[in-house]
Amino acid sequence: MKNQIKIALVGNPNSGKSSLFNALTGLHQKVGNFPGVTVDKKTGSVALNSQLTAEVIDLPGTYSLYPRSEDEKVTFNVLLDADNPAHPDLVMIVADATNLRRHLLFITQIIDLGMPSVLVLNKIDMAEKRGIEQNTDELARILGIPVVATNARQESGLEELKKALAEQGARVSLPFYLPNSEIQPVLEEVSKMSGEPMGYRSFIYLCNHDHLDKLKAKEHARIDALIIKKEVNIQQLQARETVERYQQIAGLLTQIERKSHKSEDVRSERIDKILLHPIWGYTIFLGILFLIFQAIFAWASWPMEWIEKLFNGLGGLANQYLPESLLTDMLVSGVIPGLGGVVVFVPQIVLLFFFLALLEETGYMARVSFLMDQLMRRFGLSGKSIVPLIGGYACAVPSIMATRTINSWKERILTIMVLPLMSCSARLPVYTLLIGLSVPDDRVLGLFSLQGLVLMGFYLMSFFAAIGVALVLKWFIRERSSSYFLLEMPAYQLPRWGNIGMTLIDRAKAFVFGAGKVILAVSIILWALSSFGPGDAFTRLESQYAQEAMLNPSQELDNQLEHDKLAASYAGTLGKFIEPAIAPLGFDWKIGISIITSFAAREVFVGTMATIYSLGTADFEETTLKEKMLADTHPATGLPIYSLATTFSLLVFYAFAMQCVSTLAITYKETRSWKWPALQFVYMTGLAYLGSLLVYQLLK
Amino acid sequence: MKLSQLRAGDYAQIKALGKHPIANKLLEMGCLPGERLKVRRIAPFGDPMAIQILGYELALRRDEADAIEVELLPKSPFL
Repeated sequence: MKNQIKIALVGNPNSGKSSLFNALTGLHQKVGNFPGVTVDKKTGSVALNSQLTAEVIDLPGTYSLYPRSEDEKVTFNVLLDADNPAHPDLVMIVADATNLRRHLLFITQIIDLGMPSVLVLNKIDMAEKRGIEQNTDELARILGIPVVATNARQESGLEELKKALAEQGARVSLPFYLPNSEIQPVLEEVSKMSGEPMGYRSFIYLCNHDHLDKLKAKEHARIDALIIKKEVNIQQLQARETVERYQQIAGLLTQIERKSHKSEDVRSERIDKILLHPIWGYTIFLGILFLIFQAIFAWASWPMEWIEKLFNGLGGLANQYLPESLLTDMLVSGVIPGLGGVVVFVPQIVLLFFFLALLEETGYMARVSFLMDQLMRRFGLSGKSIVPLIGGYACAVPSIMATRTINSWKERILTIMVLPLMSCSARLPVYTLLIGLSVPDDRVLGLFSLQGLVLMGFYLMSFFAAIGVALVLKWFIRERSSSYFLLEMPAYQLPRWGNIGMTLIDRAKAFVFGAGKVILAVSIILWALSSFGPGDAFTRLESQYAQEAMLNPSQELDNQLEHDKLAASYAGTLGKFIEPAIAPLGFDWKIGISIITSFAAREVFVGTMATIYSLGTADFEETTLKEKMLADTHPATGLPIYSLATTFSLLVFYAFAMQCVSTLAITYKETRSWKWPALQFVYMTGLAYLGSLLVYQLLK
Repeated sequence: MKLSQLRAGDYAQIKALGKHPIANKLLEMGCLPGERLKVRRIAPFGDPMAIQILGYELALRRDEADAIEVELLPKSPFL
């Protein structure tokens, strides 16, 4: 049997860590979650030699052992807590050879933890290009750990790295940095309390025990008491460690590194002159946003249509070949459309993440933050919020998944909360139907279609609603960690397509298996609500129609039956039940049913309306539906139901209401708490209700 | 003077770090006393700014740059 070891992959952000992870583990990787947090846990396996395989875990990137975010805390706990399930036997540290000095801070901290380590010096080719020469043998000798050099695309050095990892075993090197002597007596006591060895481990335990999840309140209290008793200034200790470590590192570098007089990154500087230009910078960014928008709005519609056709076809086949039964009906009207409703999102997710990964890979995303930070910060959002927000015009689901690039928890939550307000593509069929009902097909200034202008108005309104709500919500959401903006602007580089491919597979899988379950479940519930009714209403309807059908069979009769069934179903009952509540908005029970069924997806509104007005859902004409809706009158007053007031009230309702179970499901998955989707649902529906009430009462 | 008072293209040497919740984070990122830097650029709306330090480019907000006390250097090649 083969032996297996656990290896943790650590390093600064932008060190090429995930790229090395992909190169080592290839397709043998899986994504999970660290318990209790929203941080992705990526693991993969690699055969180091014929005897030994390694389970590699890709830990979140961090600049030091002093965590400031949820991600960094995960890395800290995995490394410090020997009982953590992910605690490794061996640490593989990745560093960027073009900027070894800053990377050595974290490298030497890991070495001082006394864990067996191997250093991977990445991007050695880029360093050479910039005239930076490093003596890796000498570096290995001084640090006391194996050093393997690879180039930016990890084409070289992989075999050597596997060999070094296999041979490292449990060897540890001597400490690099020693905490100053005055603190030694305190460290002795910490060591006695914690069981940690005297040196740097006790030091980091003393400074960072707050972040160590395994400690109980009592243990925290003992350390805190010690800190007070000995008058230890933690902040100062850390500052001193950082400064002294950097001094030692400067000394080390004079021995192993030689730089030519001009080692600046001239190429990135040149590109930035254009991409960060006050005019060109924003113009190009707008162009990129437009391209992304175009892709998820227009290009994605092709594969989405195929997927819809495929699932419709599947439903048709099941209907044809399976015996008529409740189970078949559930399969055809609940499960298959539900599955289709999950898979249909995949093209948009893949396209959006293709662009996002491209922006991240090339280093442009950091520039987006730089350009947009000042504008977005006023609304409590991040410079990085703009890309997901614009993506929200196509679909909130992939866009909410895309907020992970936002570092601050508060800015990320705010972005997630307001994203569903953006006018997504599922609202478009509802808008076109309702605007077609109420707005005359006129031209403004002989040029613009009035209907088009109203539609554009709703698109613009959604953006202002989103940033407006963010402006209000930012006062109610507490920041978890001190807010700051310190961002490394990585050197520009060509994208590594393999990495982008891995990201796409990851994201699509995460959506289908994560949010997909909830979406499927709700589809089945909604199917049940509209397929069953209270009492024996359904059986009576069916026998009544069966008699008529024998005398005079026709398609209209079937449609009429579907209409009556829907009215008698639980959904119909519910629609009538909520009628008093929605009457002030100008809605009747038929609209009530549509609002309820729209919960699966907004565009279902059109289909439900077709059923309600007894049109076959299969091949109905939208113009016929419009005529039928316009002809409908209030039974009591005889006035038309779809007056301007009601139609606009309904438009506003669909603009604001949270009627998308997929969005709620993905919000739950991304925040790991039902609190946020619940809040989304309540505030959006509240906003929709008030907005519609206002519009209806004013226009009535 | 403060780092936040510099203009694009200026060279400076860090003298000290003032009190700031993330002073230690600034140190980690290489904003060390004695370290020399160049202001690469200031974002179009005046905030944030990007500096060249420790051989890489770091973007930070004015609020953070306020905490960094610097001395202006005559323009001369370095790094």
